[in-house]
Amino acid sequence: MCTDIVETAEVSGSGKGPRGWFKLDQVNVSYDHPSDASLEHALNIDFVNQKEGPSARVGVELSPESARKLVIAILNALSRANLSG
Amino acid sequence: MHKYTTDMYEGMLAETVTHQGYGGDIINAYFARPLGSGPFPGVVLIPHMPGWDEWYRETTRKFAHHGYLALSPNIYYRFGHGSPDDVAAKARGSGGVADDSVLGDAEGALRLLKSLPLSNKRVGVFGTCSSGRQAFLSACRLKGFDAAVDCWGGRVVMSKEELTPKRPVSPIEYTKDLSCPLLGLFGEEDENPNPQQVQLLEQELKKYGKTYEFHMYPKAGHGFFYYDRPGYRQEQAVDGWKKLFAFFGKYLETTT
Repeated sequence: MCTDIVETAEVSGSGKGPRGWFKLDQVNVSYDHPSDASLEHALNIDFVNQKEGPSARVGVELSPESARKLVIAILNALSRANLSG
Repeated sequence: MHKYTTDMYEGMLAETVTHQGYGGDIINAYFARPLGSGPFPGVVLIPHMPGWDEWYRETTRKFAHHGYLALSPNIYYRFGHGSPDDVAAKARGSGGVADDSVLGDAEGALRLLKSLPLSNKRVGVFGTCSSGRQAFLSACRLKGFDAAVDCWGGRVVMSKEELTPKRPVSPIEYTKDLSCPLLGLFGEEDENPNPQQVQLLEQELKKYGKTYEFHMYPKAGHGFFYYDRPGYRQEQAVDGWKKLFAFFGKYLETTT
């Protein structure tokens, strides 16, 4: 990796990849070179199932500004649902 | 340098092969070579973080077109198989590839190239971005490379906080062990490595009397060879390739 900036968290839920839905067990969040987004660095989020190999991935590559909007949107949605934790 | 003229026969073989890598593992690699009996110089291309991808395959063939036995080991082999970006993402999420693992794979590639009857027994190592760093590291920690090219290798200079179990030593600490001439191509607008970090490396190279050639390009940042990325800079890339082939030509195309 070029920047070595990566954070991981265990998650539960499902993601839809090229081969359909699969169970998620981890999310990897990095700030590094994207594969597709037209940016030198991107906030990359990979929802994965570690047991199912590299293709079990739902990936997004966002500009830092977009990533911050996503964080706010997630927190707002959780807040409206009266959830905490 | 490119010696092709329109009246020449030219042929190339490019294919996936396997060779021994780190820990005795058999890994796959992409091998491109000119047709003919040689002898040819060789180059090991360590793939960058976006993966063992199309750009690295194209670049491997580019070296073959220029008369090299070009071998690009799949340093991500142990993360499984899939599209290059999926495999690279898996590696990224696992904290990247350990330096020792990359070195073992690069050494295996070096040994394969030198063992070939087509080889002139001179082999260089090439890398960009994360693999620019790994190319420098290979030239310091492995014996047998005859020239090295580090294109904008980030984190050759690492702070203590950046060290990890997979990358336990800042590569600059190994400068005294550099065993071959080094070419460095960098962009003035790059943040990783930034010009100050490049300067620190240059100071170390001078301190230990190493043979090196650094070029710092204005109006270029990180990855200015990558024609498919926003950082591509045509003028700087063309000049960089010329300097790279002149450098490898000088140190690899002669037999001693």
